[in-house]
Amino acid sequence: MGLKVYGVPMSTCTTRVLVCLHEKGLEFEFVPVNFLGGEHKQPPFLEKNPFGQIPVLEDSDLTLFESRAITGYIADKFKDTGCDLIRHGDCNEAAVVRVWVEVEAQQYNPAIQPIVYQCLVAPLIGKTSDQKIIDESLEKLGNVLDVYEARLSKIKYLAGDHFTLADLHHLSYTFYFMKTPYASLIESRPHVKAWWEDISSRPAFVKVSVNMKYEFN
Amino acid sequence: MGGLRVHGSPFSTATMRVLAVFHEKELEYDFVQVDMKSGEHKTDKFLALNPFGQVPAFEDGDIKMFESRAITQYLAHTYADRGTQLLFKEPKKMADQSVWVEVEAHHFDKVASKLAWELCLKPMFGMKTDEATAEELKGELGKVLDVYEARLSRTTFISGDAFGLADVHHAPVVHYLMSSPAKEVFVARPHVGKWAEYILSRPAWARVVALQNKE
Repeated sequence: MGLKVYGVPMSTCTTRVLVCLHEKGLEFEFVPVNFLGGEHKQPPFLEKNPFGQIPVLEDSDLTLFESRAITGYIADKFKDTGCDLIRHGDCNEAAVVRVWVEVEAQQYNPAIQPIVYQCLVAPLIGKTSDQKIIDESLEKLGNVLDVYEARLSKIKYLAGDHFTLADLHHLSYTFYFMKTPYASLIESRPHVKAWWEDISSRPAFVKVSVNMKYEFN
Repeated sequence: MGGLRVHGSPFSTATMRVLAVFHEKELEYDFVQVDMKSGEHKTDKFLALNPFGQVPAFEDGDIKMFESRAITQYLAHTYADRGTQLLFKEPKKMADQSVWVEVEAHHFDKVASKLAWELCLKPMFGMKTDEATAEELKGELGKVLDVYEARLSRTTFISGDAFGLADVHHAPVVHYLMSSPAKEVFVARPHVGKWAEYILSRPAWARVVALQNKE
């Protein structure tokens, strides 16, 4: 098959791709990147991703970066294998998946990412957490989660009755968020909580999350 | 083809992104202006179209969508046989373009839309540009455009070897920045400068800008 993923096992964006591959039951080779050594910021890695970030996917002679481009590619190329992550058989459902994939990228991620960074990453690299950034992000995230709570009170998953890329893309950052002091934002919203418990207990994610420890050995 | 409707504002970059695709695809649509000054986008009626209270919102018969890049991708796929071809039929080229669609959303837009806000939109709303912030953002934009310069020296367009969706996605923010002091960040890089001028010279883009002039 020739699928190769370059990344690190605890990275949110790398694991977004790994979960997708496991949901599809695909074989692939995982190539660890020397993140602490800055391998991703130098040639030859920069030829794979000029922005110097992980993950990168290689599929024979095709090289892709940006985790959501990679998951979209996998979900489309292997649409008839494993879980249908893009609901390609139904025009209406597929359109809804597109919307909620963008919602994760444009609404949820910008709110949750700074909290994960300030609480879990900054201390590891010797930086002081910025509580102002945390507080602003918590307010934004609360507003987003209110919309999710209302939506998930009517349907089981974000894009409808089935688990799709729209849900999958949330897994990695939310997993780390639940380890911060602010997990109550999810816990206190019953439908969001139920949705989180459902998607995070899927075997593909459980398999990947075993290696998601934010520590640098 | 009836039933295509966009709710938005002709000055909103996200609305313009969708309108650009409508015009590239030569699709007829009904444009419903949302009165953002009076907060119409936060009313219950609008929130039923987009629970995040942002423009644009879109309807195609029973299909209702929001998030500009979801709408543009829906249009490009659903109406693939109409107007300008914005997608590649060849899977590898399509996959390559999808990377640069993400690059626009996660690298370019983050910096460029904040810069457009400082330099172009704040003055439009009677607010003062924060010069220090603008200078910092110009520096960050320069780093992103260095990567673009390398890309465009190999492919003529950000999408690949033909004009496509990834190029269209840039037009609204490039439009604002190219008529501001930030223009220098683009034209200092020869391939980027040429590309920026090209995407703004598309007839479809002129029709989007014309909607602003009707105001």
